[in-house]
Amino acid sequence: MSQSYNRGLVEDFSRWKEFSAGMWAWIFHKFTGWVLVGYLFTHIAVLSTAIPAQQGEMVTNSAGEQVSVYTNTLSLLESTFIVRLLEVGLLAVAVFHILNGIRLLLVDLGIGLESQDKTFYASLVLTGAIVIASVPTFMAGIGGA
Amino acid sequence: MSAGAPTSFERGGRMWLLQRVTAAFLVVVLAFHFFLLHFYHHAFEITLMGTQTRMQDVGYFATMWLFLVTATFHGVNGVYNALVNQGISGTPKTAVKAILGLAGLLLIAQGTRVALYMNGFLA
Repeated sequence: MSQSYNRGLVEDFSRWKEFSAGMWAWIFHKFTGWVLVGYLFTHIAVLSTAIPAQQGEMVTNSAGEQVSVYTNTLSLLESTFIVRLLEVGLLAVAVFHILNGIRLLLVDLGIGLESQDKTFYASLVLTGAIVIASVPTFMAGIGGA
Repeated sequence: MSAGAPTSFERGGRMWLLQRVTAAFLVVVLAFHFFLLHFYHHAFEITLMGTQTRMQDVGYFATMWLFLVTATFHGVNGVYNALVNQGISGTPKTAVKAILGLAGLLLIAQGTRVALYMNGFLA
């Protein structure tokens, strides 16, 4: 028998203090999903520089060397602190969406129905731990380090 | 149907299942993508030559192309579901379906084009 949960009006932000764990999981999953789909379009746009690069388009990089436009675009983006910071944010968003997504797949299969709150908190804690542990890797090589 | 938020779920529909099947695939491939291009190779070390070498491997190329298709479907269908969930209906719903469908197809077309340039098939 299917059941429907009346979530009320999420847009009424003053209600946030009444939200349950399930409501936060729903909001975070939507938010991270919007970010990831937005990033997917941006990612393909950036990778599209491979087309002129394969056709031989070269540019002079900051060291005065001739490199392909693809290599130069990625290297320029990766040398920018704000881009590295955004990548850490992207990792956080992707890891949470993956972990909460696994939780949703298990719930759909009827597994862990009684511990949905605990698994949501576990997704958050695990996301935090993975992101913190990944910061050194994501920030490597920035500022000549 | 009991009271609650509008749902994109249709009894007997395939979209609900496809959203979950693509999710299961993406969990694995997205994690692999992050590991390979941030932990094994570092993003700041990526060059055209390295990308070409990876994309010339048929298995890697096929995985990345399937990644593109499943991620686009999962993302675009997810946005559509979220909007249905917010209560969109009638003409706006039809328009959103058409726009998102077109955006998804264009993304897959451009992504495929980029991938074929990367592996040297197009030049």
